[in-house]
Amino acid sequence: MQLTNRAQQVVQKEMTLAERLYLPAIFAGLSITIKHLFKKKATLKYPEVKREFAPVYRGQHVLKRDAEGRENCTACGLCAVSCPAEAITMDAAERKAGEEHLYREEKYAAKYEINMLRCIYCGLCEEACPKDAIYLTDRIVASEFTRGKFVYGKDVLVEKMDDRIDVSQRKKHYSIVNN
Amino acid sequence: MTLIIFKTLLILIIFLISLGIAAYSTYGERKIAAFLQDRIGPDRAGPFGILQPIADGVKMFLKEEIIPNVSNKWLFILGPCIFMVTALMTSAVIPWGLPLEISGVKYNLQVADINIGILYVLGVVSLGVYGIMIGGWASNNKFALLGAIRASSQMISYELAMGMSVIAILLMNDGSLSLNSMVENQGTGKLYGFINISGMNWNVFYQPVAFLIFLICAFAECNRTPFDLAESESELIGGFHTEYSSMKLGLYLFAEYINMFISAAVISCLFFGGYNFPGISYLQEILPANIVSLISVAVLFGKIIFFIFFFMWIRWTIPRFRYDQLMRLGWQWLMPLSIINMLITGAVLIWIRN
Repeated sequence: MQLTNRAQQVVQKEMTLAERLYLPAIFAGLSITIKHLFKKKATLKYPEVKREFAPVYRGQHVLKRDAEGRENCTACGLCAVSCPAEAITMDAAERKAGEEHLYREEKYAAKYEINMLRCIYCGLCEEACPKDAIYLTDRIVASEFTRGKFVYGKDVLVEKMDDRIDVSQRKKHYSIVNN
Repeated sequence: MTLIIFKTLLILIIFLISLGIAAYSTYGERKIAAFLQDRIGPDRAGPFGILQPIADGVKMFLKEEIIPNVSNKWLFILGPCIFMVTALMTSAVIPWGLPLEISGVKYNLQVADINIGILYVLGVVSLGVYGIMIGGWASNNKFALLGAIRASSQMISYELAMGMSVIAILLMNDGSLSLNSMVENQGTGKLYGFINISGMNWNVFYQPVAFLIFLICAFAECNRTPFDLAESESELIGGFHTEYSSMKLGLYLFAEYINMFISAAVISCLFFGGYNFPGISYLQEILPANIVSLISVAVLFGKIIFFIFFFMWIRWTIPRFRYDQLMRLGWQWLMPLSIINMLITGAVLIWIRN
């Protein structure tokens, strides 16, 4: 099957004098390289300019809150079960009276940890989640000096009230895929 | 007395310019490499990264100085010193511009107008082999020794073709070896005897083959791609400077860039008329002599910078030769070609003069 018309028959033939001199080939090469001097550069100046990620990019996780600021997670454990790398652990606790503004349902995760070194960013946790609680975002996990610091707890994972994380693009994509 | 002061100042200035150009060649190399590969290159230190050589230099000085236990310590230190000194010494015979006139006295912009100019250049350049050889041998490391042997055999082989190609120029220059007289001859007379552009009587128009041979040999002498078998970091780690660290490595790398600068200057002087440029005699009529002299210096540096750019351009275009290809090119192509070129030049000159 012919895929392109660029294929060439390989032949063992004597090189002509021009080919053996190499100079024509060298000049052709020089003209190719000099053209690249004026081409648009592919580099992005990273901290100032950031490459746009795909809406489904799978980076650092976020534990979502609902519109009133209550945590969505009910510590059902489906994410931990679905996780192929066994990166997620959690402790469940019962919501006390007076904590209704903190947690959406009667059960919540008292401890929720993801080991970012174990995580393979497959996204199965967000697919498993029935409560709209965990999402992967386009944030990149920062580097650390010790391995222990890569075990992210709720202090890192739960989104801050003054710094909400928009996952609407992601949700949209999933709804297209699912329907 | 003023002559001594002038020469001392000139030596100091050339020394500083050599170091400055070598430092900025490293920056230029990285920048050109980046641009030819559609990248941006260093741009963080200062605007457009122009402070990068200073950062590199500071880094080199702050690195740990390692002298291997099994090395020959004196020779280990001597190697980079010789390489650096020989690299810097070559600049002594290059005429940098038209004579400057200060309070009625004419001063040549050349440290020493010795009558064996080009021979001195070739001699000092071949002394540079000792720097590489001693450094590679004293490291007591197989890779370093292999790199040093490759470097020295390559430099010695290509020196022959280089010298032979220069002889053709010497024949045209009435046998005078002085670089100054060569450059002056290229500034006078008509091109091919009838095209009358002042300062355009360049040797490259008479000796394109010699120029090509000289250029290729200059690449080999500077250990630049496509002849960088001495370093060949992908096979020999770093060649002769594998064991070197800190500023001793810095001296080797620096001296290589100075070599490149000097060979660009020698190519400009031998084949591209040195400080001569088209229309130089017209400028001499309408402008004061000193300003024309400064312009001529700028023109020479323009040519040098173009050739340094060309060296880098070649480096990012052509892959490295294999060792047997290198030797075959040197001995079976360039060497006979330069001898034939020399004989033809001689024959033509005799025919013209009779």
